[in-house]
Amino acid sequence: MGVLQIAVVILLLLLIVKPLGTYMYHVFSNQPNKTDKVFGGFEKLIYKISGLTERKAMTWKKYTISLILTNVVLVAVGYLILRLQNYLPFNPNGIDNMEPTTAFNTIISFMTNTNLQHYSGETGLSYFGQMAVIIMMMFTSAVTGIVVAIAFIRGITSKGKTLGNFFEDFVKGHTRLLLPMAVVVTLVLVGLKVPQTLDANITVTTVEGVKQTIATGPVASLVSIKHLGTNGGGFFGVNSSHPFENPTPLTNVIEMLSMWCIPASLTYTYGKFARNRKQGWVIFGAMSVLFLLFLSLAYVSESNGNPALTKLGLNTEQGSMEGKEMRFGIAQSALFTTVTTAATTGTVNNMHDTLTPLGGITPLAQMMLNVVFGGDGVGLVNMLMYAIIGVFICGLMVGRTPEFLGRKIEPKEMKLITVALLAHPLIILGPTAIAFLTDLGKGAISNPGFHGISQILYEYTSSAANNGSGFEGLADGTTFWNVTTGLVMLFGRYISIVALLAVAGSLVKKQPVPETIGTFRTDNTLFTGILIGVVLIIGALTFLPVIALGPIAEYLSIR
Amino acid sequence: MIVICGVIYPLAMTGVSQLVFPDQANASLTKNKEGKVIGSELIGQDFKGKQFFHGRISSIENNAAASGSNNYAPSNKDLIKRVEKSIVALKKENGNVETKDIPVDLLTNSGSGLDPHISVEAAKFQVPRVSKEAGISIEKLDELIKDTTEKRSLGVFGEPRVNVLLLNLKVQELQKK
Repeated sequence: MGVLQIAVVILLLLLIVKPLGTYMYHVFSNQPNKTDKVFGGFEKLIYKISGLTERKAMTWKKYTISLILTNVVLVAVGYLILRLQNYLPFNPNGIDNMEPTTAFNTIISFMTNTNLQHYSGETGLSYFGQMAVIIMMMFTSAVTGIVVAIAFIRGITSKGKTLGNFFEDFVKGHTRLLLPMAVVVTLVLVGLKVPQTLDANITVTTVEGVKQTIATGPVASLVSIKHLGTNGGGFFGVNSSHPFENPTPLTNVIEMLSMWCIPASLTYTYGKFARNRKQGWVIFGAMSVLFLLFLSLAYVSESNGNPALTKLGLNTEQGSMEGKEMRFGIAQSALFTTVTTAATTGTVNNMHDTLTPLGGITPLAQMMLNVVFGGDGVGLVNMLMYAIIGVFICGLMVGRTPEFLGRKIEPKEMKLITVALLAHPLIILGPTAIAFLTDLGKGAISNPGFHGISQILYEYTSSAANNGSGFEGLADGTTFWNVTTGLVMLFGRYISIVALLAVAGSLVKKQPVPETIGTFRTDNTLFTGILIGVVLIIGALTFLPVIALGPIAEYLSIR
Repeated sequence: MIVICGVIYPLAMTGVSQLVFPDQANASLTKNKEGKVIGSELIGQDFKGKQFFHGRISSIENNAAASGSNNYAPSNKDLIKRVEKSIVALKKENGNVETKDIPVDLLTNSGSGLDPHISVEAAKFQVPRVSKEAGISIEKLDELIKDTTEKRSLGVFGEPRVNVLLLNLKVQELQKK
């Protein structure tokens, strides 16, 4: 039964990829099409109010600067709201203003699509804070990621000097993609019992006569965009394991598909832009193979139960249920964990800190690779980066100038890609080492032994990959953690965005080379294999030692 | 964008949800026979009385103003200690049972600390005790469990389970009679 429910969800995803991928192509190809009629009028109004009547195509520099400035403005507004929420409306539970370093961490976290949370939603945010900061940034940060992917795709598939107009893409990403999808998903979730109200918390007298206070709020409107935007920050502290955020297995399936569909479908959009759909399927295929590999590891390890408890004579039939919800069981939990760290959403429906040691490798490894579907937009861009590296390595082996989609890959592009590639491990392993050298870092560990290494490693990996889930036992609500993870999230997001947009800016200007019989093809199964190999080899060389110190050592110690 | 996504969207969603799904949008509150609200069917409650079915372990005692679990690592000594303690307590309450017969969900903390469900096995496991303490026949309790069991969604997704609060409401009603 477990394998069957997983297979059905994957099948549903496959059915979504083509229609959604085609739709996104039509939205961003800027050719007149049917969707103009529905959304055109509304968009004109937005353009008019914001003074964007003339929307010229931009060079990569202008595109990147517009993107960063827009993000800076949003950060400034959001920070002010968090610091002043006590004086603002929609605060029926009397939540106080947020402390400065926590607010810094929170605002960076949501702008970078990470959604690492060093606060607990029920007690740390007013309803206004949840809506105007958290929900708003869940839209804007996801659209930022998507337009980066679109600009990058335009860079490697078109000819000219420009990558499109940032503001137009940004508006369309909201009006034509995320807002309509979020409205539909919200209403379905409410129908399936997720609350959506502005009333204060409810106090009831229970069957046994005890008082129970129940926190609620505008939950559904946040949960829908949290998944669609691969954001992951929960309304409640325990995220999607809370019965209000995720009341039934059916909502669990909807939430998984919501966070999975855009990153997966973008591969198809890419194939459409490249005028060779096989290019898209190669990327999708490589991602899927890696996904199934990690999913099997998580599912098998969790089903086998916790070896330390099995030794006490416990029944292992149910698997490792500590930190998991009864309604989901092992199959729905393992799949959710794999999807959320593949799509770097970071929402959780079970406690990752409590995963069995080998099961815990799945989320860690997927965030370290950061290319198994990946977050909205950025995942595809990262995978294309590995594709270019793959072409480059193969080119070196046969002694030819490497080409990708008919464009020569030269030292300038490779240097930029190397920067993006190396930044990721550097900002994970560097801060992890610093945390171990200081008492401020070590003091946060809540689980003794080898698992403590995993806890700290997970926190920085999650920040760098802009995932946002945590081994939540870690006492991370301190200034040290707020500031270090805040910086890691910033670098993790913007270094690779800038570097890869620069690559796109450079490739767009190149004269395409005609395809000959000697051209190395990137649209067949051979290249899928090469791509998977490149990702795994680079990943293993970088991260295997530290994985051996954490999860593998823990596994051996309780076996 | 701030105004559209941050204010108009959530407020409009609240309005529509309240109109179309008033019960679901307001936390699925559950009333007893007298019409008094006694909780939410989605949120677990802390049942201590021996005449009631007990839910899963909650490190926060099902305090729904917050949420959370201990986040114990599988190798954590405190986890082993807690489980050993629970085994002793469950054996004492439910008569002589073998360790391997205790359903694992009764020995483990849920992720949210608010899990409203237990497995069907865990409910059946508690039947002899509840029957004795509440004075309800075993057959009657088995029937209640069967009625309260929620099946897999669409026959495929999730696990079969029993909502502890709804089950105990039925137990309470029978007792009053």
